[in-house]
Amino acid sequence: MSTTTANLLYLITIAAFILALRFLSSPRHARLGVQIGAAGMLWAVIVTLALDEVVTGWWWMATGVLIGSVIGVVGAKKVKMTAMPQMVALFNGVGGGAAALISLVEFHGVWAHAGDVGVERGIATIFSALVGSISFAGSMIAFGKLQELVSGRPITYPGQQVGNALLFVGAIALAVVAMGSLEFWLLAAAICAAALFGIVFVLPIGGADMPVVISLLNAFTGLAAAATGFVLHSNVLIVSGMLVGASGTLLTTLMARAMNRSLANVLFGAFGKIVAAPGAAAAGGDGASVRSATADDVAVMLAFARRVVFVPGYGLAVAQAQHDVRNLAELLEDKGVDVRYAIHPVAGRMPGHMNVLLAEANVPYDELYEMDTINPEFPQTDVVVVVGANDVVNPAARNQPGSPIYGMPILDVDKSQNVVVIKRSMSPGFAGIDNPLFYDPKTVMLFDDAKAAMEKLIAAVKSV
Amino acid sequence: MSYQLVTELTILVLAAFVGFEVISKVPTLLHTPLMSGTNAIHGIVIVGAIIVIGAHHPGWFMRLVAFFAVILATANVVGGFVVTDRMLEMFKKRPDA
Repeated sequence: MSTTTANLLYLITIAAFILALRFLSSPRHARLGVQIGAAGMLWAVIVTLALDEVVTGWWWMATGVLIGSVIGVVGAKKVKMTAMPQMVALFNGVGGGAAALISLVEFHGVWAHAGDVGVERGIATIFSALVGSISFAGSMIAFGKLQELVSGRPITYPGQQVGNALLFVGAIALAVVAMGSLEFWLLAAAICAAALFGIVFVLPIGGADMPVVISLLNAFTGLAAAATGFVLHSNVLIVSGMLVGASGTLLTTLMARAMNRSLANVLFGAFGKIVAAPGAAAAGGDGASVRSATADDVAVMLAFARRVVFVPGYGLAVAQAQHDVRNLAELLEDKGVDVRYAIHPVAGRMPGHMNVLLAEANVPYDELYEMDTINPEFPQTDVVVVVGANDVVNPAARNQPGSPIYGMPILDVDKSQNVVVIKRSMSPGFAGIDNPLFYDPKTVMLFDDAKAAMEKLIAAVKSV
Repeated sequence: MSYQLVTELTILVLAAFVGFEVISKVPTLLHTPLMSGTNAIHGIVIVGAIIVIGAHHPGWFMRLVAFFAVILATANVVGGFVVTDRMLEMFKKRPDA
């Protein structure tokens, strides 16, 4: 089949991918969308196999596909929902790595022998080789940090930013020289330098910011795939790569905004430094005391409430208490309580992560409310139960201009009638700042592990 | 600048706009499946991997590099789609509603 015919047939794949993303606009037909996308991918592979230029290497191809499929299926089936961010990082990284390797082979196989690359394809080759490699190495470090194989704390050393910049420029220079001299090893060296840059680029970023990094690297891999499309003159690669590039860029921006930080601050500023600011000390102060309560006290509040809103945070997922929360919620619903879940955009370890975790615990998605929808409802809410969340309910973000999280959009739980905070201790959250909500006269603290607390509450509500 | 490049750049820019348009309609509820779904979509590099492994006889070393590209791209595609499907399968509406 000629390239022109193939490009015509690839239109089906392009349409399938756009439809897949379109279907993701509602949880009702999202799954169908993904299946359409997968069918489109299969179609693209079939068309590619029928190309005139694909004439050999069948056994290599089959073996590679087999190994890759096994890795993919086993990884995807085994992963725990709490570990989803790492998994996304891993699959993202391998895609970037593939893009880099493809441009390397194409460079060696075609142009080094043809004697000329040409400026246009040269730029595309450099882009897909370097960006793909950065994405690969960066994703692996992000995976390591989230999996706690690498220290989650920002790793810094003197002259870091200058060193990183030099490495980046060096990688580009090597690649440019490779294009001019057609020396294959120079491009390979450039790819290695870019990989090293990917590593040192992600190392100084804290574990809590990894989701932003993953999303950004997702966009990178998309763009690398699009660049590979320019190298191979394949429209389907250009369109698909760019769709992912657009999606990754959009998500990265959304996430940075939800944390009230610029992307530059996430990537180049160590959050820990700002936390030491004096604003933090003043937050809890005023000699305010904390009220603590027992599970029985809280059970009575919940059982006689008209509306209860749960605010789940990552602490809930860590304690694997999603199922217990759902059980408690159902118990309350049986007693006629209106139960809802308020989900902050950055709850969990990546955007939308908490929704997946609750869906896994069979919480119906129509009980999950986004921040903007639930915020006006808090004044009419009798009890808010905050489980394993901290910074996303910190009123300091609204009323303390000195606070490092000032301006970050939060769930206004302090506007409700009563707040119950379930927490192991008074230790601060990710951002390392004190939370005035804990000292609010409307707030009671239930000091316990999230899972243990839920079990006690279930027992107590049953006996009310 | 070649005519082909201009056409390809046009496609690229249009795809960017389509991407932003479609993605901005996805609710935050589904942002994690969105990320892993788009992840699967950039696995389209598998097309490139098949082309480079099947097209040339560049010697065993390049064949090996292309072989790794096929493995990585396949893991990306298969893993991405399977895990996204697994997540979306769990999203259910309230039974009585």
